[in-house]
Amino acid sequence: MNLIRYQAPDSTPWLALDRWSSLRDELNSFFDMPFWSSFGRTGQLFTGWSPALDLYESGDHFVAVVELPGMRKQAIDISLHDGMLTISGERKRESNNGETALRTERYVGAFRRSITLPTRVDPSKVSATYRDGILKVTLPKAEEAKPKQIQVS
Amino acid sequence: MNTLTRETRETDRGQAEQFITPAASVTEIADGYTLEIEMPGVKKDGLEIFVENNELTIIGRRSLPAVEGTLIHRESVPENFRRMFEFDPSIDADKISAKIDQGLVTLTLLKAEHVKPRKITVS
Repeated sequence: MNLIRYQAPDSTPWLALDRWSSLRDELNSFFDMPFWSSFGRTGQLFTGWSPALDLYESGDHFVAVVELPGMRKQAIDISLHDGMLTISGERKRESNNGETALRTERYVGAFRRSITLPTRVDPSKVSATYRDGILKVTLPKAEEAKPKQIQVS
Repeated sequence: MNTLTRETRETDRGQAEQFITPAASVTEIADGYTLEIEMPGVKKDGLEIFVENNELTIIGRRSLPAVEGTLIHRESVPENFRRMFEFDPSIDADKISAKIDQGLVTLTLLKAEHVKPRKITVS
């Protein structure tokens, strides 16, 4: 027995079939893309806490500014490796002493932001301050990377 | 607690100020609620908190550190923060306290005395 109902020729089955085929194409391409490509920024496999990072450049140093409200400065870790600056840390969930969370929009847990610096920096001269929830990391450029005037003799 | 957010508002200065909505967490405690609102870059004198009827408004005006150099990569939004909450009438508006530490504003709202369960003795 045929389960597909016979379509009378004067109806327009082609229009319906067209929509189904494009849906299948869309599904195929969705699975072809790497899962993390649509998540932007750091290419992490899942969106978690990703604090905003701004990078400034001047003639002789870079400044990285990260918004990290409500952290203790001992919980922030800054490291520099091969020209890549990584800022990471963890915000621990405070113990519940009979409290009920009604609405949590603040992220809890670990974060990690990395940014590759366009020019070499001197790791021994990096400094950072954490005030009002803003972390400011100052990275002086390495001597040979600073712009230099060349005299024409 | 319900949240109300409105994007722009006419201030006394006569111009509409643009705000962004900060992340907030609400926790119920023994005698009321604790609100934690993330406002990085806001100092104590940049905070404006007021209560009107049953609506609590928190505005944080940022004073961002001056950075020398050209901005080559930006992810932050340098606007001021505003969040409004409508709280239930059992909260005593005179007992709202606030503090700010490293850009995190913590507000404590306590329930009014008469709302707490009270035993009535029979004479």
